[in-house]
Amino acid sequence: MLKVDNLTKMFGGLAAVSNVSVEFEANKVNAIIGPNGAGKSTFFNLIAGAHKPTSGTILLDGKDVTNLPCDQIARLGVGRTFQTTNLFEQATVLDNLIVGHRLRTRSGLWDVLVNSRRLQAEERACREKAREALDFVGLSHVENRFIADITQEERKRVAFALALATDPKILLLDEPAAGVNPEETEGLADLMRKMINHGLTVCLIEHKMGMIMGIADKIMVLDHGEKIAEGTPEQVSNDAAVIEAYLGGDEDAAA
Amino acid sequence: MLLKIAALLMKPGAKMAMLAFALVFPFLAANEYQVYVMATAFIWAIAVYGLNIITGYCGQLNLAHGGFFAIGAYTLGLLTADYGWSFWPAFVGALVMTAVLGFLVGVVSLRLKEHYFAIFTLCVGFIIYLLLDKWEELTHGAIGVRDIAAPYGFGLVDFTDTTPFYYLVLGFLVLAMWFISRLSKSLLGRTFIAIRNGDELAESLGINLMRNKVLAFVLSTTYAGLAGALYAGMVRFIGPEEANINHTFDMITYLLVGGIGTLSGPLLGTLGLVWITQSLQFLEEYRMIIFGPLLVVLVIFFPRGIVGSFLTWIHRKSQALVPEGKRKDSKVTPTKEAENNA
Ligand SMILES: Nc1ncnc2c1ncn2[C@@H]1O[C@H](COP(=O)(O)OP(=O)(O)O)[C@@H](O)[C@H]1O
Ligand SMILES: [Mg+2]
Repeated sequence: MLKVDNLTKMFGGLAAVSNVSVEFEANKVNAIIGPNGAGKSTFFNLIAGAHKPTSGTILLDGKDVTNLPCDQIARLGVGRTFQTTNLFEQATVLDNLIVGHRLRTRSGLWDVLVNSRRLQAEERACREKAREALDFVGLSHVENRFIADITQEERKRVAFALALATDPKILLLDEPAAGVNPEETEGLADLMRKMINHGLTVCLIEHKMGMIMGIADKIMVLDHGEKIAEGTPEQVSNDAAVIEAYLGGDEDAAA
Repeated sequence: MLLKIAALLMKPGAKMAMLAFALVFPFLAANEYQVYVMATAFIWAIAVYGLNIITGYCGQLNLAHGGFFAIGAYTLGLLTADYGWSFWPAFVGALVMTAVLGFLVGVVSLRLKEHYFAIFTLCVGFIIYLLLDKWEELTHGAIGVRDIAAPYGFGLVDFTDTTPFYYLVLGFLVLAMWFISRLSKSLLGRTFIAIRNGDELAESLGINLMRNKVLAFVLSTTYAGLAGALYAGMVRFIGPEEANINHTFDMITYLLVGGIGTLSGPLLGTLGLVWITQSLQFLEEYRMIIFGPLLVVLVIFFPRGIVGSFLTWIHRKSQALVPEGKRKDSKVTPTKEAENNA
């Protein structure tokens, strides 16, 4: 599904991602863990085209996407959520989601001027897609609420819905469970399982080990930009290098 | 009670009532000067609608807006006064000029983000002012441009009179607002708003930032050019001061007071402040002592301006009236209407 070869990203003298090769399998939860500053978010930014890699290649379904711009990669089916999502606070949940399907539409200025059939059809499609995504994440009942008036956990779900509205094949989720309580974390994990059941592929960065161990099919461990281990949850949790990185490294990583 | 009044304001009828008022205003006005002030306010409102596209919807603070207004005015002025064009071809020329220059400036400046973009456009605005002031062979420098043609009325009306000109400006204002209301509700408008919420997120949704930002910028400069051309046709004598940065700051103030990123905010903010400024004329520069603190209070307590805060309030009210369990069914809440009409 997603194949990364010898990927490196330098920020000045710092190798944020260093020579990482990995293959993410379709229809699985592929997790990335590692201490703070290990390069996890940077790795996502490289895949999504938000940063240009210094070297290495990224193949999506066999197609080389290494130097494609962000918006094109999104169109190829890579959806993502961020550690923090800025939504339009004083607009309704539904209004925030409608634009999610914009990338599958073509209407331009001319369509707006003449209010073309195509524009009307596409706007209906976007609205339906938004409702569908909202229903998927279980938030249909808040569609008319302002973003400012919903809970932290509901915001996380809205961020999922926004990514889902783009019709992705693969989802990159960056610390989706940060700042929500254990019960809600379990709910988010269920939602990821639901995504898998619907044929999606999930890549997940997460600090909450309980969640990772329960949900991941495969884990890659990054430390100082390098891949130090890879395997099933059992393999990784027994890996000497991983234990070393976690015990010797950052405390928050273990949290 | 308040909610009832609010609901009334949201009715499509309210728009018609406002339009009717604008149509009879010349007959209600005490003198021609008031009609003239209103026409000027309409012209500024058109320009503020332009600023609302790039700054309100798309989130890019453009400080060259007054400069593009001046370019529209000068293009019309110079083409008619120096090159013998008649008004309407020169008018189209002014729109084309501001669109093309907007494209060129946009392509360069929109590579910059946030305050870098704002500072860059501040410089662009100042360069426009300098060119108008110093490039004497073309612009007549500080003397300005005289004998600008008035709109040609095709033998039907004489636009050198204030009242016919007022109606001409009103027509363009209605057209400008009509397009904005279409735009803001459309997928294109939503695309601009997504960019305002953040480049990173917008890009991850497959939105091409540069293409959409440049489009928003060109639309906004064309609006500025339209307003500038109408202004030149009305006053028929312009100078480099049209590009003074103060005009840009005035427009930003109108936008903030009325409600940035809303449909009726630019109009209400502009009309309100132009008339308040008029009635405080006797205070001269001291009126800033009243304006300054007022603006600060407004921005702190009503960051979305009068219209934006009003919409937020009415939405909360309407949601509170619907019982928790039923909210999901309330597909047509007053907000939908509010967003569409306000
Ligand atoms: N845009 C950037 N410019 C410079 N350095 C960066 C940038 N983004 C991340 N870094 C650096 O790269 C390293 C990895 O960061 P990041 O990928 O955010 O880590 P993680 O998500 O694993 O906590 C950090 O040292 C960070 O300071
Ligand atoms: Mg991170």
